[in-house]
Amino acid sequence: MVDSHMRRRTVFSKLIRDKSSLLGITIIAIIVFAGIFAPVIAPMSPYTQVLEFRNQKPGFTGEIILFRLKPELPIQTVAVTSISKKGETIQYQDQLNRVFEIEKNKLEGVKEKDWHKKYRYWLGTDNFGRDVLSRLLYGARISLLVGISASTLSLLIGIILGAVSGYYGGVLETLIMRLTDIMFGFPTLLFLIGITAAFEPTLTVVFFAIGFVSWPGMARLMRGQVASIKEREFIKVCEVLGLSKPRILLKHILPNCFAPMIVTYTLGIAGAIMVEASLSFLGLGAQPPTPSWGIMINAGKDFIRTSPWLSIIPGIAIASTVIGFNLMGDSLRDVLDPSMKK
Amino acid sequence: MFRFIVRRILQTIPVLFGVIVITFILMYMVPGDPVVSMVGERYDEETIHKLRKELHLDDSLPMQFVHYVSNVLRGDFGKSFITGGSVSEELLIKFPNTLMLAVASMIIAIITGLTMGIVSSLRPQSILDKITMLFALAGISAPVFWVGLMLVLFIGVFLQWLPPTGFGGIEYIILPAITLGLRSAAYLARLTRATMLDVLNQDYIRTARMKGLPEWKVILKHGFPNILIPIITVIGTDFGSYLSGAVLTESIFGWPGIGRYALEAILKRDFPVIQGTVLFMALMFILANLIVDIFYGIVDPRMRIEGKNG
Repeated sequence: MVDSHMRRRTVFSKLIRDKSSLLGITIIAIIVFAGIFAPVIAPMSPYTQVLEFRNQKPGFTGEIILFRLKPELPIQTVAVTSISKKGETIQYQDQLNRVFEIEKNKLEGVKEKDWHKKYRYWLGTDNFGRDVLSRLLYGARISLLVGISASTLSLLIGIILGAVSGYYGGVLETLIMRLTDIMFGFPTLLFLIGITAAFEPTLTVVFFAIGFVSWPGMARLMRGQVASIKEREFIKVCEVLGLSKPRILLKHILPNCFAPMIVTYTLGIAGAIMVEASLSFLGLGAQPPTPSWGIMINAGKDFIRTSPWLSIIPGIAIASTVIGFNLMGDSLRDVLDPSMKK
Repeated sequence: MFRFIVRRILQTIPVLFGVIVITFILMYMVPGDPVVSMVGERYDEETIHKLRKELHLDDSLPMQFVHYVSNVLRGDFGKSFITGGSVSEELLIKFPNTLMLAVASMIIAIITGLTMGIVSSLRPQSILDKITMLFALAGISAPVFWVGLMLVLFIGVFLQWLPPTGFGGIEYIILPAITLGLRSAAYLARLTRATMLDVLNQDYIRTARMKGLPEWKVILKHGFPNILIPIITVIGTDFGSYLSGAVLTESIFGWPGIGRYALEAILKRDFPVIQGTVLFMALMFILANLIVDIFYGIVDPRMRIEGKNG
């Protein structure tokens, strides 16, 4: 392709000009930004519990100090109403207006802003008094990590199996396509539930499970693409020129399947993010206290009457991320390959 | 036609076999001794020995598989570790509830999805079209379990129009049916709009319009029948997954179907129940797809020649 650079530029400018793809790109950019910079933007660690601040409404302001009674113990927190410094100790008043003293060397960090914090909890706190905003930001990492890596795994499996069966045909094709049929025989979520139930549910299991379960669509698509490109004249020319089969497949056929691959891949990320959330919601994905959006909704559902924001907010995060990737996938399809329009 | 149906049914046999192999392997890979999970920590050697023999656990792997297949073929899906009850009986009791929910969801999905799709396709790029399509996009992108919780919260708890969860009269089925049907409704709306736009540009529609037919007649009589094939495919496959995949919806609304049965078994690690329900659900799914394919062959003669791998 002589003008591949040019084409890429037109594709990009078309995507930017299209309103819905621009929206998709923006959403994805925000989520990716939130995920990458979570440690910088998050006001608090997603794991820090302030038990006095359980299930507080969005916008609630609280003051805490962080300390460690012994170096080997984890950081503890206590909600305070006021503090005063007295030489090597500080005095603080807790929520019940009782006054306590603590030595300065037990406080976490040297500067006051490290151990004494006054926060506005923009999105409220959960049932362990953790900051929902911080958990939401860290949750973006998990969604993106699982979504992108699982989708990449299924892309690779799908491309290899689909390309091989489409190009070589014969017994190999029959075997692979029968396997695809069997995989299609299982409803996806159910299959995943079965796998995660058989193993101890962890994020790694979820990633492999989604990757190994969602390739059949990609394989079928690739097989069709490869089989039709194989019959085109320029491939016949390659064959006459004596190029080896793997070389023809890799250098001449696969690059021409790029459009449907990237579209399916983008939509696959959306699907994988959704599935990860569903599994976590069912308790079959990452385990608490991991700040996965699905886990957050699952934990929030027990307090849905009293603290509905705990389940509303992470759901909006999941839905908007998935919308972002779906919009992006749809626009890519329209721009790259109008014939794929469903 | 008859030959097509027979061939299509024969084609499912390897798939069924593969599904049975996979469920068998899946449960074989489960860590821990099933007998110990069955009798619990306090056990004596004799009971263990007896149970191992009863379950053929000391046989070789191929023999275990043969036993498993012969049991499955006789409709025996094993016994629950926890209650000791027959899994197949339990499935037969719960399946009608799942079926009822699936039918209700599909009715909602078809009515709203097709209406939205057709309305949008009449005036593409209009405000109404954009709103409808935005709604459809949201419906595809919002997690099912979250939509369910939001319905429980807003309609069940805040507005108190309908009971938030439970099982009983018709008022109990509405929220779960909306939850389960929303995704299909959204998908159908998008598909209907796209195929309808395609069809409305065809020559025969122009001819129908030129004959002076009123627009509604053009759309319903000449447009609509031609979008049915892709739509019925989606309805069929989605219905198949409803019969098997309502795990999320059923567990949120406390609906006593096979989805919740499966989830409870998973959380209690009751492996024969998991194995049985996964297999049963896969069978339902395959059956639904088989029916769709046969239907496809009936309405579209080209499919009979090509077979199914399109």
